Amino acid sequence: MTTATERSVPKPVFTDAEAGAKEFPDSTARRFNYYTPQKRKQTHYEDVTVEVQPDPRHYLSQGWLYGFSDGRGGYPLEWTTLKAWGSDRPVPKRGPGSGGKGYDWPAHGWHEFRDPNEEWELTLYRYNSNVVRQVNQNIEAARRSKAFDQWNPNWVRFVERNVGAWMHVDHGLGLYLFANANRRAPTNMHNNAISVNSMHLIRAAQDLALYNLTLSEEIDGFDGKAHVETWDSDPAWQGVRQTAEALTAVDDWCEAVFAANVVFEPLVGELFRSHLVQHAAPRNGDFVTPTVVGAGEYDYAERDLRYTKAMFELLTNDREFADHNKAIMQRWLSDWVSQAIKAARTLQPLWSQPDAKPPRFEDGLDRAKSRFSGILSDLGLDTPKELAQ
Amino acid sequence: MSRQSVARAHQKIQELSWEPLYHEPVSQYGTDYTFQKAQKKDPLKQVLRSYFPMQEEKDHRVYGASDGAIRGNMFRQVQERWLEWQKLFLSIIPLPEISAARAMPLLFRTVPNPELHNGQAIQMIDEVRHSTIQQNLKRLYMNNYIDPAGFNNSLRNFQNDYCGTIGRQFAEGFITGDAITAASIYLTIVAETAFTNTLFVAMPAEAAANGDYLLPTVFHSVQSDESRHISNGYATLLMALADEGNHQLLERDLRYAWWNNHRVVDAAIGTFIEYGTKDRRKDRESYAEMWRRWIYDDYYRSYLVPLEKYGLVIPHDLIEESWNQIWNKGYVHEVAQFFSTGWLANYWRIDPMTDKDFEWFEYKYPGWYDRYGKWWENYNRLSTPNGHHPIVAEDVDYQYPHRCWTCMVPCLVREDMVIDEVDGQVRTYCHEACRWTDVTAFRPTYQGRQTPNMGQLIGAREWETLYHGWNWADVVTDMGYVRDDGKTLVAQPHLNLDPKKMWTLDHLRRMPPLQSPNVLLNEMTPEEREAFHANYVRGGPGGRPAPADA
Repeated sequence: MTTATERSVPKPVFTDAEAGAKEFPDSTARRFNYYTPQKRKQTHYEDVTVEVQPDPRHYLSQGWLYGFSDGRGGYPLEWTTLKAWGSDRPVPKRGPGSGGKGYDWPAHGWHEFRDPNEEWELTLYRYNSNVVRQVNQNIEAARRSKAFDQWNPNWVRFVERNVGAWMHVDHGLGLYLFANANRRAPTNMHNNAISVNSMHLIRAAQDLALYNLTLSEEIDGFDGKAHVETWDSDPAWQGVRQTAEALTAVDDWCEAVFAANVVFEPLVGELFRSHLVQHAAPRNGDFVTPTVVGAGEYDYAERDLRYTKAMFELLTNDREFADHNKAIMQRWLSDWVSQAIKAARTLQPLWSQPDAKPPRFEDGLDRAKSRFSGILSDLGLDTPKELAQ
Repeated sequence: MSRQSVARAHQKIQELSWEPLYHEPVSQYGTDYTFQKAQKKDPLKQVLRSYFPMQEEKDHRVYGASDGAIRGNMFRQVQERWLEWQKLFLSIIPLPEISAARAMPLLFRTVPNPELHNGQAIQMIDEVRHSTIQQNLKRLYMNNYIDPAGFNNSLRNFQNDYCGTIGRQFAEGFITGDAITAASIYLTIVAETAFTNTLFVAMPAEAAANGDYLLPTVFHSVQSDESRHISNGYATLLMALADEGNHQLLERDLRYAWWNNHRVVDAAIGTFIEYGTKDRRKDRESYAEMWRRWIYDDYYRSYLVPLEKYGLVIPHDLIEESWNQIWNKGYVHEVAQFFSTGWLANYWRIDPMTDKDFEWFEYKYPGWYDRYGKWWENYNRLSTPNGHHPIVAEDVDYQYPHRCWTCMVPCLVREDMVIDEVDGQVRTYCHEACRWTDVTAFRPTYQGRQTPNMGQLIGAREWETLYHGWNWADVVTDMGYVRDDGKTLVAQPHLNLDPKKMWTLDHLRRMPPLQSPNVLLNEMTPEEREAFHANYVRGGPGGRPAPADA
């Protein structure tokens, strides 16, 4: 006969520690009480996002603890020249007996921003997983049905060079503009939205790169490296490249996001994706490329532009600094519209490359300009004269 | 997911990066390290096409478990002693996580290797995941645990409480100062590689033992991302080691990062694991045993020591001293005792220790009762209001400690306390290593070498100074740690939720005013200070004042 020794394991204990088991002060106070929701009720998104990044103007009583070599810590408001109401209020001074209270929440207007996409981890993984699954399935279905065999040689060249070249734009902006900017904004709501934008672009870049790899495997003579040479030295692409590089060189995080999402994407990104690739591909027997490019287009048009508009609308309607902000944004518009139009016009030779031609470049540019003017109108900004270039 | 191999896909996405022809990307963060361009490989070869579905699948498991916990009434079996400490932990941890996301751009311009930037961008979004999934866990606790107070005002409390301030170093240290010191050495080489083992593996195991299987569900999911981050750090470290000019800085930064992580993380997690548990089985590991396994053996001996042959100067002395602090000098016990002394300035309830706890502590840490037993008996005796003050204002043979200016944990191991006059202020430090961090490491020169990018320690670093001379009732009101009846404190030194047993502002009103030890120290003459210091270092253990001279 053998005796089994009892294993040492923690024993379950009935504690009755569930909500509602007793009544006492705060027993029903089941909502985060340190912020004011944008609407009547606190949203799940707000609960997991708001106030995670602290601010010495409200609750951070001992201030930032670590600084850069110049002594500045945290997330300085001066990292952009735009201002939200309350930006000029000084950080409360702390010393013996000062207490720890700051200004009433939110202390300044930056904290009023909410991402209308309500992005947090659950939403961003669901969304992007769906995108990569669908893109993969589209490509796989096309591969099985030998859809690439329908492409004429000129279209093959077009895709390997030009569709391929766009991956560099998405990658560069995703990493060195948007991911970079996720360190710069004064609230968690801004920085999370910006980091999600970054992942959209990096994913779109990889989608294009891996599509390119599939095409190298499926199409005889498809040059999987042609996109690099195009990006490096094709004169038609150097305007786009110059502008993309200029965008990554901007120090002011608001200017960088504004220039990319308000100016560059509608005038150059959508012009290329929607008014060239999406229109030309079907006429050249290609129903696959639009689904890959369209995923990136949807990211921008339906999500990234949406949060960008909400972010800048607050600033152009700010109760204290609206005029200040609009004047700066108008200057940015003059500068970046000029560069974007130049980049767009430098791309024009692409319109004549496919055998079956897309709608005219000028028509596409007009539509892009019209869309851009609509965005400016929503933001309360004037169309800059540079748009006529 | 795809018919293409991960290796081929990863190789393909290397074609995405490009050298600027017209404009250099903006350079916003400096470092005193130097790097040569090198083809250091991204060791994990992560491609977003597989990454997103992988993370989504992990989410399915986490949220499925969350639903199951609610439907199965997990909270009927959760130990309140444990969940109360989660009010502190889950107020702290979302900020370090999101700060790690914000830290990644510090490396883009300073580490010239595009292949690593891809891994850093994925780490960025991982950290967004961690921060929001942890906030979500806290929200679930608030909605389903018996006492939501302390969860419901979590992110206000964290930002104005002295425990939160200690924990905040574990976030701010990632995002400011020299880019490599912060985002690589402090964050990935030390915090993630060494200390997430106790944070995200050892602590969840203790949660499960206390009836909470959601914390392990969430934090093991988080920890499964950490191996990627550790690889990011390792690749950067090898690049840094390739330049001998960096070795001096690496030595400095490892010393600072190791010691600060030990001071901060061991204080918090050690307390949660040892004093937040009801599991007193003799064969369950103590924090000291876990530390020896996860940090000393797995990190120090298996990860750090092999790097010595590449020229890395390892702070052997500080690692041994950390163990000495934990094992011989009772660091964790001193911290738990201090947190409990100041229970009224917190936003969670701290359960008194019982005879069963005493027995376990004595078994695991021989001599524990002689050092701390009497004080915990007093804590128990004074836990419900009965005409006396909270323990901090009663005579229980405990001297309220001075605050360490660097790590902000008080100078609890009394014999180690150091005083120095720095930047026109007399400061106290818990240990010579913390004095060195302030006086030597965080300075624009280091051992005669210019270090213009090194950060600064800033801020109002002693919490008590803000409230010097204040009545305790006003202190707690100012911080907002009052329940919805307008008078009952969020914090309590016991778990009894009977309103008649709970402390209120009225009880605190009768207490003597709060005094900042640092203000008082600065008011002393040099001779008085010297005498005070000589006396202080003769104090302890267990916070006892120095014995009177015979």
